[in-house]
Amino acid sequence: MEIWNEAKECMSRDEMTALQSARLRKTVSNVYHNVKFYRRKMQEMGIEPGDIRGIEDIEKLPFTTKDDLRDNYPFGLFAVPKTEIVRIHASSGTTGKPTVVGYTRKDIDTWCECVARSLTMAGLGKDDIIQVAYGYGLFTGGLGAHYGVEHLGATVVPMSTGSTKKLINMMIDFEVTGLMCTPSYLMHIAEVMEEMGVLDQIKLKATINGAEPWTEAMRNQIEEKLHVKAFDIYGLSELMGPGVANDCAFHKGMHIYEDYFYPEIIDPNTKEHLEDNVTGELILTNLNKEGMPLLRYRTRDLTSITHETCECGRTNARLSRFKGRSDDMLIIRGVNVFPSQIETALLSLDETTPNYQIIVDREGALDTLMVKVEVDEKFFSDEIRELEKLEKKISYAIQQMIGLATKVKLVEPKSIERSVGKAKRVIDNRKFD
Amino acid sequence: MALKQLSVFLENREGRLEDLFQVFGENSIQIHSFSLAESSEYGILRLIVSNPEKAKDALKAVDFSASLTDVVAVRLPGGFDSLKSVTDAVTSNYNIEYMYVLSTEPGQQAIVFKIKDVAEVEKSLEEKGFELIN
Ligand SMILES: [Zn+2]
Repeated sequence: MEIWNEAKECMSRDEMTALQSARLRKTVSNVYHNVKFYRRKMQEMGIEPGDIRGIEDIEKLPFTTKDDLRDNYPFGLFAVPKTEIVRIHASSGTTGKPTVVGYTRKDIDTWCECVARSLTMAGLGKDDIIQVAYGYGLFTGGLGAHYGVEHLGATVVPMSTGSTKKLINMMIDFEVTGLMCTPSYLMHIAEVMEEMGVLDQIKLKATINGAEPWTEAMRNQIEEKLHVKAFDIYGLSELMGPGVANDCAFHKGMHIYEDYFYPEIIDPNTKEHLEDNVTGELILTNLNKEGMPLLRYRTRDLTSITHETCECGRTNARLSRFKGRSDDMLIIRGVNVFPSQIETALLSLDETTPNYQIIVDREGALDTLMVKVEVDEKFFSDEIRELEKLEKKISYAIQQMIGLATKVKLVEPKSIERSVGKAKRVIDNRKFD
Repeated sequence: MALKQLSVFLENREGRLEDLFQVFGENSIQIHSFSLAESSEYGILRLIVSNPEKAKDALKAVDFSASLTDVVAVRLPGGFDSLKSVTDAVTSNYNIEYMYVLSTEPGQQAIVFKIKDVAEVEKSLEEKGFELIN
């Protein structure tokens, strides 16, 4: 199994800590002197660059949030003169202003390096032909993946998003071996291939999928249908783009490129550090970025981390499969509850569809939790007794998952309020004031 | 041949029965009989209708949860006074899960019931001279 950059990906912990410390010091000094936002924040907190002696001091630094990026629209967080910026990406803001990211030439090189590491992890190399079916444009997916493939030395086919049939025909004609796209688009491609009856004509070895959450079940489905290995890539435009972390052939979490991105896991409420293997919010710090380095960016993504050396030989820490977003977290009777846990419990039962809604209320001083589940014809019974049994079974499964007693209410199909096709998952009727 | 009963899940929500009858009207579905079982939160409406398959599809198209269940429908030769002869004929092996009236017309009285192993129960009823309704 190939490793793109063994020196960095298999570095001993001591060496990595030394490298991270040196890079953090440099980054902090850079933003303190060149970004007004960070200088003001650090001054308010009474910290100077000299107080950061090593990576262990990272907790002293301020957090950065998505709102900070919006407030400094467009170029307020750039740490270099505009003449040094060679590319800009932006994410469309569903609420308010877009967030803008700027890259220097060296930042683009770093990004290429990261994507090349990911592609190598997926078993792809310079002999491969890789289709990139992320959107090209302001979104980081398309161009980020594109230049990474070129840096690897493989052949890139810049499909972007468009006709699926054209993509499949080219995949067959060019004997494409690698594909980068979102997991949901890959599911769609597989369906169209099935309709076209061409599943046996493809030469695909690996797919690299990211930019949206997906599950192990989806991975298994994709691998089975397409006879490929499917890999999970993580990235976010605020920090760089796709290629912050990727899983190796052992699929035991995504290796994060620690020489460029320093990961912390915190309790989203107390903001304190959590131990390895405990789920919390992922915080990332750019360690070697010039254009727009971010300190302790709150990703809102929920995951856990392990620093154990992987079977593949890499020492880069691994992030577990993402469990949801901390924005969605509910605190019910002092227990952290994520809608994704309830979804997992429902999916573990054959009888249920994951069409649910969580309703939190307060009776007196006690929080109550009710989960509405839509009745599907698959498990609909004509006997009340059977339906009551089902309610108990669902309630038990949820209780096992979150540790709280839950009332389950069966409701009619499609009766859960939907906005633009998506069900509203949480209704919190409690008043906090 | 068992009779197909249409079973519909109904939340205790205003207007749902009206919606259901409207679907039946639009699709010319006639109701021969029905019974409603309910808990505090929801109910199950069990119906014998003219075209159960069509009724089920029409309901599903407007997001009702509906299914078809095999039930036994049997004529009572001596009116409702002869109910015991039916239950005697079937309950030696199984429990009747639920039961309701299909027809009260004099001389044509009939009931519907749900029981395990419909085919076997129907066979034994026929052997004992009961008239089944399909
Ligand atoms: Zn590994």
